[in-house]
Amino acid sequence: MRKLIIGLAAVVLGMAGVAMAGNYPDRPIMLMVSYGAGGATDFQARIVTMTAGNEDALGMPIAIINKPGAGGRVGWNWFAKDAEADGYTLGAYNIPHFIAQSIKGGVQYDRDSFEPIANWGADPAVFIVGKNSPFNSMADVVAYAKENPGKLTFSGAGLFVGHHIAALQIEKAAGVKMQYVPTKGGGAAAMKAVIAGDVMGGVNNLSDAYRAREAGNVKILGVADVKRNEEFLPNVPTMVEQGLDVDDSSVNFRGIMVPKGTPPEVIGRLAATVPEMFKNKRVAGKMSAGGSPMHIMTRDEVLQMWKEREEYLGQLLQGL
Amino acid sequence: MEFLSYFGEVFTPISMLLLIGGTVGGLILGATPGLSPTMAVALLIPFTFHLQPVHGLILLGAAYTSTVAGGAVSAILLKIPGAPANIATTLDGHAMAVRGQGARALQLAFLSSLVGGVFGVLLLIFLTPLLAQWALAFGPSHLFWLAILGVTVIGSLDSDSVVKGLLSGSIGMWLATIGYDDMQGVQRFIFHDALGGGVNIIAALIGLFAIPQVLTMFAKGWQDYGVESIEVQRHPLSAAVHEVFSRTRALTIGTLSGSIIGLIPGVGGQIAGLVAYDQAKKFSPEKDKFGTGHSEGVIAAESANNAMVGPSLVPLLTLSIPGSPTAAVLLGGLLIHGIFPGTDLFDNHPEVAWPFINSMLIGQILMCAFGIYIASFAARIAQVPQSIMAAAVLGLAVFGSYSVQQSMGDVYVMMALGTMMYFLERFGYSAAPLVLGLILGPIAESNFIQGSLIATAGNGQFQYFFSGALNLLLIAVVVVSIGYSAMMEIRNRRVAA
Repeated sequence: MRKLIIGLAAVVLGMAGVAMAGNYPDRPIMLMVSYGAGGATDFQARIVTMTAGNEDALGMPIAIINKPGAGGRVGWNWFAKDAEADGYTLGAYNIPHFIAQSIKGGVQYDRDSFEPIANWGADPAVFIVGKNSPFNSMADVVAYAKENPGKLTFSGAGLFVGHHIAALQIEKAAGVKMQYVPTKGGGAAAMKAVIAGDVMGGVNNLSDAYRAREAGNVKILGVADVKRNEEFLPNVPTMVEQGLDVDDSSVNFRGIMVPKGTPPEVIGRLAATVPEMFKNKRVAGKMSAGGSPMHIMTRDEVLQMWKEREEYLGQLLQGL
Repeated sequence: MEFLSYFGEVFTPISMLLLIGGTVGGLILGATPGLSPTMAVALLIPFTFHLQPVHGLILLGAAYTSTVAGGAVSAILLKIPGAPANIATTLDGHAMAVRGQGARALQLAFLSSLVGGVFGVLLLIFLTPLLAQWALAFGPSHLFWLAILGVTVIGSLDSDSVVKGLLSGSIGMWLATIGYDDMQGVQRFIFHDALGGGVNIIAALIGLFAIPQVLTMFAKGWQDYGVESIEVQRHPLSAAVHEVFSRTRALTIGTLSGSIIGLIPGVGGQIAGLVAYDQAKKFSPEKDKFGTGHSEGVIAAESANNAMVGPSLVPLLTLSIPGSPTAAVLLGGLLIHGIFPGTDLFDNHPEVAWPFINSMLIGQILMCAFGIYIASFAARIAQVPQSIMAAAVLGLAVFGSYSVQQSMGDVYVMMALGTMMYFLERFGYSAAPLVLGLILGPIAESNFIQGSLIATAGNGQFQYFFSGALNLLLIAVVVVSIGYSAMMEIRNRRVAA
């Protein structure tokens, strides 16, 4: 009798195991975005997951749930603490935001709370000035800042976000002190400050800056990335090309993750399928139309990137 | 007059279908507490993936226009403002509904929305390049003074006394400081996880307005089981049309202040209705009637909040800067179709831009027609027994505050603030000044911080905040507004003594 029970239990468990790996996913999946509906992260998340229901992708649709607030902290706190680790609750990450916030403290997550699946996009920060600004290169900016310490005002979207990281890196690399003016309400408010001449310059998203330049409102002086953006800004040099040692630490990487404790076979299935799903032609078309640069990375690449960011940001933000 | 040649695109069968669907759907979404215009538009964006750009934008434009007006329905009938834009509408609109004049209030609201809305869109069509410069003129120091001007309005808004008004406003401003602050990198007053993201404005609105009402209704039902029967009066449309156009002062003040304020990035939509209401009250010979169900109050508030719709798109369409959360969502809707707004939008994509704007014009008319059609049915809500009504409003309040960002935390915040407001109301405090404090506090604070950072790098604080024509003009208006409130307070005391 006992053998029978054990045997039955083994069979049931075995079937459950098979069902877990074999049938996953057998119901629609939720993707938590920790920014509001209509924001850049939300907007891109909706595009890159629109083909999830296809048979060659996950075969099940992905629904977006927004949990905005406090620069993403509300959503990521929820994801680390309350989200079920069953593979049906995915989350969108923004690097360097969540890592910088965890270093700064006061949140309930860090790099170890999450398991990356794949990266879909990378939006570098760029340095912009108004269309009538006397500055035409980063050298002009640095020269002015050297002559007038603390006098050069430049905007960015808040503290401990990509824009702020880029600002700190530029100041450090040039050895100058400038006046960073954080704005509330995301990159749009920071962009308005530059166009209206409230500030002398600003750090902003490549995609938004590209549009503002097309509209004739700003000049883009440098890209805070390891290489030029060939798709949108082939003529704008990187910071390094202009003698400023600024890497890609401020680039806003966006991708999908799951909570720690999600079964390995589910992570395996997602890690194999999701990057392929991002490569869909329709996805690429919509992303490109919106001026959103794509950058697909696999789980292993993302793991490495998170690790490097945490080490570097720990040093940069030390004592701030 | 180029826009006239693109009207054909609006009158194709598919466009009209989307326009009607967007308008009716928008009205219903707008009337649901918690579903703000921003959210309604965001929810529709995925549908536009599958439409042609022009059709997608017609749908979004129609939904934006009609959700703002739809908010008046719950503001008037339930005293729950659907969005900050409708706060001022509750003040007189609900008082009218309680008297059985819900149909009249709704008709006035939709007709004034039509007048304000059409004026706003016409401004967008004819004066966009000029207005874009005006929108940019407002820097941190000006927005700071503008918020302070709003604070001076708080005292005179819907309270027994200036002091009580200002106290409510202060509570609102304090509530606004809760949460992580990304301007200074600090955490303030986070006693519970639910407060990490701060007090959500929509959840607060629902709690502060709906919960005291629910509690009052339950309390009443407890004492007196008998159903209060309100005679719901029918109201002929022609009388409403006549009334709106004979209240020229309120209509003009509402439309003009709505259009001007709507233009200012980051401020406009939320306070346009309240500022217009306050101005209409100050200029009216019948000041005392405001707050008791006076038609001027509804007309000023609703003409203002729809007049703001057109101008609020100016910074988006010409400078590619979304001036409001809803405009930011619309930007997403444009980008997905590869349309980059900017000064040359009307040269590069006239076939999309003009039908979009034209559809908002036609949308206003459809919105008004459908709104008035439902007004007579909707007004019957006043006949629903109090006990059932209380349960229904409570259900809507929970649903509405949860759905803002799928968070139970917001529901707790809503209930806590609502219960607090119930007791405050018994001492003569009211919700409108508190909400205004909640809205204005962060505007004043963030612009002051930005301004002082810029000033430190420049010529100093005094020079930055107190020089320039626009700063001085705003300061002068602030002084006049404070003086006026003080004068009224002294006069009231004399009358009372």
